[in-house]
Amino acid sequence: MVSPSLVLIALVALYPIIYAVWLSLHQYSLIEAGLTRWAEPSSPFGNYTEALWGADSSQFWTATRITFTFTIVSVFFELVIGLAMAMAMHAAFKGQGILRTVILVPWAVLTVVTAITWQTIFEPELGFVNTMLGAVGLPSNTVWLGEEPQALIVMIIADVWKTAPFMALLILAGLQVIPGEIYEAGKVDGASAWQRFQKLTLPLLMPAILVALIFRTLDALRIFDLPWVLTKGAHGTETLSLISYQTFQQNRLVGEGSALAVLTFVIVMAVSFLYIRFIGGNLRTMAEE
Amino acid sequence: MEAASVPATVERAGTKAKQRRSTGQGTPWWLWVAVFAIVVFCLFPFYWLLNTSLKTGPDLSTSALLPPSPTLDNYQSIFNDSNFTTALKNSAIVALVTTALSLIVGSFCAYALARLRMRRKFLILAIVLSISTFPQIAIAAPIFKLWRDVGLYDTIPGLVIPYLTFALPLTIYILTSFFKEIPRDLEEAALVDGATNFEAFRKVVVPLAAPGLATAGILTFIAAWNEFLLAITLTSSTSARTVPAAIAFFTGSTQFEQPLGTISAASVVISIPLILLVLFFQKRIVAGLTAGAVKG
Repeated sequence: MVSPSLVLIALVALYPIIYAVWLSLHQYSLIEAGLTRWAEPSSPFGNYTEALWGADSSQFWTATRITFTFTIVSVFFELVIGLAMAMAMHAAFKGQGILRTVILVPWAVLTVVTAITWQTIFEPELGFVNTMLGAVGLPSNTVWLGEEPQALIVMIIADVWKTAPFMALLILAGLQVIPGEIYEAGKVDGASAWQRFQKLTLPLLMPAILVALIFRTLDALRIFDLPWVLTKGAHGTETLSLISYQTFQQNRLVGEGSALAVLTFVIVMAVSFLYIRFIGGNLRTMAEE
Repeated sequence: MEAASVPATVERAGTKAKQRRSTGQGTPWWLWVAVFAIVVFCLFPFYWLLNTSLKTGPDLSTSALLPPSPTLDNYQSIFNDSNFTTALKNSAIVALVTTALSLIVGSFCAYALARLRMRRKFLILAIVLSISTFPQIAIAAPIFKLWRDVGLYDTIPGLVIPYLTFALPLTIYILTSFFKEIPRDLEEAALVDGATNFEAFRKVVVPLAAPGLATAGILTFIAAWNEFLLAITLTSSTSARTVPAAIAFFTGSTQFEQPLGTISAASVVISIPLILLVLFFQKRIVAGLTAGAVKG
């Protein structure tokens, strides 16, 4: 019963990846419409050495830096805001259902729409942000999506808006399975609210937080739609997925683009491997239960 | 928070997740502030989009909180635009077919993973999960090349097939945790009565798993509706382009028109199905998103 799924997954996921590796070892341009083996046999990894150490290697390293900056900063804020939201939702028992529905709106809004939404908010002339800045007498002529690092900041804000609620829901689910007696006991022992949070809530929430962190980190590392719609990767928002796309799709360099895509893949897999080792236990209990 | 998170009555028979707490009493003022802040944080940006979508012409260069002269012109113009309506139709077909396929195929796999005695169960689940973490870009380039060679480029099946790479793992992951919650006795009774594994699955488990199937279906549908990278890579014309891709290539009906209003209107329209899903299936969605996340 498992085999149809596995066969399908192998066909639609593994085969393309293998094909990507094969393409990345070749030089292929759609403009010249011909496939040639990498010219010099001495450098079968030409696309990789070019990407990593060649004349244009700064493109890859810049994209790596931007991708990681984006991931670390946005996941950090998502965790903090998500945790705060979850605590508030857990405490607010009146209207928790409505709050949950409200909180799902940013999550459900398409990423493309998220990008357009924040574009309208940060629009230099009629956007909400510059209008407000102007109203309180601050400089209100920033072209947010046309400057570095402002464009990356907008991208991070948009991502945090869209996904902090997801974080909040996962953490809330974790909060709800913590038995109330534990707090009762903590209170009896004279622990302050902060101590109870730090010594009881956080450790008990750890499994839920870790799962949320993994999902979010892996998503953020492969971010594509947000920068593409916001800036097309200009002004310091070019992520790894974006430069791979631009190389193979817009510049029609399938070999080079595939090499960049494979490098992105390797980076994401390495991070997910680290994470899965970290929470492998959870997964194992789920599989073995 | 202390007053609120401690149940007033200590006797809570079993139902951990739904602790009934004393109502109202002792809700501190800052909690209301926090709740208000959450609502504004979540809804205001979307309101701003709605606000922009109701403006045309000179109104678009004002930043008033309410549109000075609200108009549905932008909505009219996108629905008169065949590019948009075709894209809407494509999106619906692609998302529905992807969801149906992954539910059918995925439910077998999830059932086997949840129930049958199999070696390497952990390994299979780990592989399935790690596929869902694949960066889309790594399959976009090869599939782009492949589809152009075999003629699936710019077709609807050409989108549905690669969409299974994220839809199937998602379905399998959610369904596995749902199937596990169904009491085993029922199936065992069916097996004792002479049913085969497959019959027990189809006649006993599937009906009981309907909520789980709905959850997996909704989440898969949303993921497919949302997908962007493959949609712009694997289509080149309006014949298979889905809405997210169409919006990204949107320009005003004339070259000189400021397309912000129409883009906003289109964005609102394509968000409506998802917001309706959230309104009606909030519980299911939350259950799906948190499936397996809190079992540690």
